[in-house]
Amino acid sequence: MGLNEKPLSTLHEKASYELADFAVPTGREEEWRFTPLSRLKGLHDGTAAASGGVNVTVEAAPEVTVETVGRDDERLGKAYVPADRISAQAYAAFEKATVVTVPREAVASTPTTITLTGAGDGVAYGHTLVKLEAMAEAVVVLDHRGSAVYADNVEFVVGDGATLKVVSLQDWADDAVHVSHHHAQLGKDATFRSFVVTLGGDLVRLSPSVSYTAPGGDADLTGLYFVDAGQHLEHRLLVDHSQPNCRSNVVYKGALQGDGAHAVWIGDVIIQVEAEGTDTYELNRNLLLTDGARADSVPNLEILTGEVAGAGHASASGRLDDEHIFYLQARGIPFDEARRLVIRGFFGQLIEKIEVEELRDRVMSKVEAELAG
Amino acid sequence: MSTLEIRDLQVAVEDKQILRGVNLTVKAGETHAIMGPNGSGKSTLAYAVAGHPKYTITGGQVLLDGVDLLELSVDERARAGLFLAMQYPVEVPGVSVSNFLRSAVTAVRGEAPKLREFAKDLKAGMDALSIDASFAQRNLNEGFSGGEKKRHEILQLELLKPKIAVLDETDSGLDVDALRVVSEGVNRFRASGETGVLLITHYTRILRYVKPDFVHVFAGGRIVEEGGPELADRLEAEGYEAYTKASA
Repeated sequence: MGLNEKPLSTLHEKASYELADFAVPTGREEEWRFTPLSRLKGLHDGTAAASGGVNVTVEAAPEVTVETVGRDDERLGKAYVPADRISAQAYAAFEKATVVTVPREAVASTPTTITLTGAGDGVAYGHTLVKLEAMAEAVVVLDHRGSAVYADNVEFVVGDGATLKVVSLQDWADDAVHVSHHHAQLGKDATFRSFVVTLGGDLVRLSPSVSYTAPGGDADLTGLYFVDAGQHLEHRLLVDHSQPNCRSNVVYKGALQGDGAHAVWIGDVIIQVEAEGTDTYELNRNLLLTDGARADSVPNLEILTGEVAGAGHASASGRLDDEHIFYLQARGIPFDEARRLVIRGFFGQLIEKIEVEELRDRVMSKVEAELAG
Repeated sequence: MSTLEIRDLQVAVEDKQILRGVNLTVKAGETHAIMGPNGSGKSTLAYAVAGHPKYTITGGQVLLDGVDLLELSVDERARAGLFLAMQYPVEVPGVSVSNFLRSAVTAVRGEAPKLREFAKDLKAGMDALSIDASFAQRNLNEGFSGGEKKRHEILQLELLKPKIAVLDETDSGLDVDALRVVSEGVNRFRASGETGVLLITHYTRILRYVKPDFVHVFAGGRIVEEGGPELADRLEAEGYEAYTKASA
């Protein structure tokens, strides 16, 4: 870290509900330098007025309460304060929020699926709150489809001893623009599992973050993306260890193919002075399948305490290994199939971690389709 | 009956000439041993015949039953009946052994094997090579010991039943027990008398278990001497010194 560089730990300190507290990004800022601002369709500079619709439907488990509330609902914005310009824009502009509540000790018997369908090329802003009370357990799916210019914030409040497993699928149409913050706030001994799959969209910038309010929190953040020609898919993770004896594990893997395919992965982990006994690891791997694709991968680990249980990070971007392909071909397997086997192998172990079987199959067949196309 | 004919094969790696005119014919029912010092080009011969992209063919032909393998892709060569047991089989993360073997058998036979039959063949093959059943679920070569990798190569040999097998230093790094198990596998493969074996080795040890019909000494990128099994005995006693000096 250079002397004039701002320490990581202050990156997230800029947080406000007020849009005016954030300057319009120019693209020179550290947090915006990878994002093609011209393709944000005005989400970043105030010119994108809400016009179109993102239709929200919820198929809920019987144990779960679902409400659509106005922006004055006092439960909103408690766990998360917007940390950048577009997040603040979304917070300032959303009209209705979806609130999913899992009552104390309730165990949701089926996944709760929130489907967000873009109706066209209009601009929309959204807000979602998923709240698990103490000892509750639930699986929640966010399923993004269709075409839209959409910015939103999602709050996951995981109560003491509760377990929340989330799958967020960005399966947008080719022209969609989506900028989203997912923040999970973990109570004492809470468990959070996030699985992010980003496949569609012209530009997707998703920023999952985790904070802990008490010791014993345990977060796994897993991600998979497949970037095609011309797509910009960006994932920015932030895990803020401010409590002792919490755990986090981040694994994101992506494949890129085609001209102008661009993946960005930023993995920030901060271990604060108080967070003794932290155990954290983050990993990003990118597989560049063709020329003309680019992956930017930046892991940042800032440790402010001397007493950690484990802390590490790794990042690697590379091409398909010729030796893998040669070995399979030398056993008679044709090149295309050998390539599919190796890429499937690269993603396979991740996909197996998706909690919902139908989604697992859907993601697998999507990846297969990407490979065939 | 199959024949592999290597005619005046010349191979370079990054502009460095490694093979300088190799001539060799392996017929079904025959076992040929290629012996030579390190760096003599033995492995280059194996990988060039199999079609590894690192090697550039600068001259010659490799015919399998009259078809020039050098005109074919790596997978086409394998489907034509060539098999290379590798010295350092690569680890392929996320691809299970059983998935890999089923894909390979399907490709080579041209149709998917019946599931039950395949499971039976696989189990019999693994038992014969003392490979633990749990291997089928493991990732290809990942975390395998040296001996496990070599047994796994011979398992593939027995399942794929090629016309000609090239074994590249299959004996290296094996203890005596593993060497015996692997050799028995090779002997089962050649027992039909319808397959040819080209066995590349640095040491004579494996030749006590897999008896060659012909022995070729490789030095400086070509075959410098040929004979019967007795030539191996002489190499055992005298080493390669005479050849390395001659080619230097």
